[in-house]
Amino acid sequence: MKKAELQQEAASIRRSLFDQGYLDEQFEELEGLRDDSNPNFEEEIVNLFYNDSARMINNLERALTRSPMQFDKLDDYMHQFKGSCSGIGAKRVKLECSRFHECCAARDAEGCIRTFQQVKHEYTTLKRQLQTYFQVAKQADA
Amino acid sequence: MNKNAFSSRRGAFPAGLRVLVVDDDLTWLRILEMMLKKCSYEVTTCCLAREALNLLRERKDGYDIVISDVNMPDMDGFKLLEHVGLEMDLPVIMMSVDGETGRVMKGVQHGACDYLLKPIRMKELRNIWQHVIRKRMREAREFGSLKGFEGFQLMRNGEDQYDEGNLFAIEDMTSTKKRKNPDSKRDNKEFGDQSSTKKSRVVWSVDLHQNFVKAVNELGFDKVGPKKILDLMNVPWLTRDNVASHLQKYRLYLSRLQKAGDQDSSSSGIQQSDLVSEDPAASFSFQNPINRQQQNDVSIDSHKYSSDGTLQLQNVDAEISHEGNNLKAIISEATIDKRTELPASIQDTKTRESAQKINDQSFATPDSEASHAAVFKCTNPWRDFPEMQLKKHQPYLSMKDRFSHLPLPGTEHLIQVGDQSQADASIRSDPSVMERETASCIETKPLYAADHTSDYASSVTSIGSAGGFSMQSYAADYTSDYASSVTSIGSARGFSMQSKSFMGNDESLEPVSTSNFGRKTEGLNLNSVSDLESHQRDLLLGGEFPSSAAPLEEDLKSFWLQGERCMNSGLQNIEMPEYYYDPGLAGEVPIHLFDTAENSAVDQGLFIAYDL
Repeated sequence: MKKAELQQEAASIRRSLFDQGYLDEQFEELEGLRDDSNPNFEEEIVNLFYNDSARMINNLERALTRSPMQFDKLDDYMHQFKGSCSGIGAKRVKLECSRFHECCAARDAEGCIRTFQQVKHEYTTLKRQLQTYFQVAKQADA
Repeated sequence: MNKNAFSSRRGAFPAGLRVLVVDDDLTWLRILEMMLKKCSYEVTTCCLAREALNLLRERKDGYDIVISDVNMPDMDGFKLLEHVGLEMDLPVIMMSVDGETGRVMKGVQHGACDYLLKPIRMKELRNIWQHVIRKRMREAREFGSLKGFEGFQLMRNGEDQYDEGNLFAIEDMTSTKKRKNPDSKRDNKEFGDQSSTKKSRVVWSVDLHQNFVKAVNELGFDKVGPKKILDLMNVPWLTRDNVASHLQKYRLYLSRLQKAGDQDSSSSGIQQSDLVSEDPAASFSFQNPINRQQQNDVSIDSHKYSSDGTLQLQNVDAEISHEGNNLKAIISEATIDKRTELPASIQDTKTRESAQKINDQSFATPDSEASHAAVFKCTNPWRDFPEMQLKKHQPYLSMKDRFSHLPLPGTEHLIQVGDQSQADASIRSDPSVMERETASCIETKPLYAADHTSDYASSVTSIGSAGGFSMQSYAADYTSDYASSVTSIGSARGFSMQSKSFMGNDESLEPVSTSNFGRKTEGLNLNSVSDLESHQRDLLLGGEFPSSAAPLEEDLKSFWLQGERCMNSGLQNIEMPEYYYDPGLAGEVPIHLFDTAENSAVDQGLFIAYDL
């Protein structure tokens, strides 16, 4: 593909990520922090996020298997995870996190399990989309 | 002057602001680091609260401001906030993804100077320097008011030495102030204009304060309430609110003194952390436990000072204590309790701390009443700084009592200070301050307050760090918005110019006492932001100061510069001392001395009660 086309495609993917609510302006903030020594700052942050969040998701999964469910602890874990999501602008994931939080507050065990699945789903979707985006963008810049 | 120091900073203020970021979330840590760097700040990141405390303790003057997340695995962010406030008296900004009012309130109550919600935008970080300035200004004000005219003179003189570039800071600050404070009252120009204040200010004169302390002691410190005090005082024009806010400051002051006492260790000029760790039994444990024992355990309740002169901390249900902030209350109580012991130890340099404590105590207790009378004998720490360190630490508290006990190694200067006499004394004679100076090159640099105070405090503590007078911490409350949120806490901060350093956290132990710098600055109104500003103004200008916007600005500048200098190099501030205190002191108490906790000694001596 030609560079121009690649660039266009990258831009288009990016645009749709925003349009579909996967990302919010925080992601733009990250892009704005690029500089010469960190030309792909947003990508660097996204990768950091994956590392961090993998651990948090594990914690959540483990905690969800506990019986009885420790809602406060779950809420704490999710709060942490949500904080991280806010760092990259993972809008949809954050939304699901809030739903999970509501279930914790309501002491709804089933709700927690269900909403957690949604959180994971959004998370994996976003991850996949960002990977594609970064790949194309990198090719476009190459 | 520290032209070099100053010029070593990148660019003009606020470039080079030294920020410590604490967050267990690595993603955010990196983001914030980048954002802050883009603001030209000097960033240090840390993902553990304990590590952050260590960093802060190691380099008391190493940071200007701390940004911390609320939820952290190893330590609750609020606890960290309290620690920082108590020990280092730096402005602390809290962050969280949770913007729930209750949490924000908790942050504010614990002394946070701001509470940011994640996701944080860079523009929000650009302005964090204002918290530093505000704190400094507040300290400067307290300082100035305490010292009265001399303080300002000091500042003014100091100005000459400042780089022009440094002026930028002050001007910037003032212009910001203007911008942020539509209320003309706060406008710089109105600094000298008391009449613009909406409320009439209560000037807590020596007599009035003594009356107050007498009432407090009669009631029993743990039973006091503003209404009761008011009734006992029998001052018709005084309102319950006036008393309430004064009481709050007083408590903070006491706790600050206590803290200072704790911090003071026989070692000289040691960093606070050092002091703490080395602190022998005698030292007030207030500090110690916090520093050493359990970082998480902020509550002093269980804390009892063992060695002679140690204070017993009791859980005081202080009015000012905000949730979790028992320290203040405790300290106040503690100080009060022990006042009397330690007479002999005062002389003992080793027990400086205790002395300090005692001082604090005395301050709180009736003794202090007597001593409030503003004459403290204190050796001029600044003057004799090098030698004074440690030895000179004179407890400022209870001037009267103290003096009898205290050997004043250095030159003794009688300082008239409103109620604060003690405080003043401490400040002035605070060898610790001196130490600090030498030790930390004055980092306190009052202007930059917060951070410096901590370093400062540490070194000072041993000495009785009155020096901490924390001009530094002054800055903080400058802005009204901020002040309002902090209210008592903030105001305490502001007032506790001295104590700031002790208190570490602005909020936490705001030195209750704001020394009543002889000048009777027009009471600071802790209660309201606007008041705060006016207070600051008042403080700076002091009643006795030639009030005019100009001097204030100049003073501010000098403060700023000092701070700057302090920040950059240790010795820079040496010059400052000259200006500081009253000529009688012969000492030039560097302003920076005030701000750090080290100045606890000072704090002790000083209790400024400004009440609007």
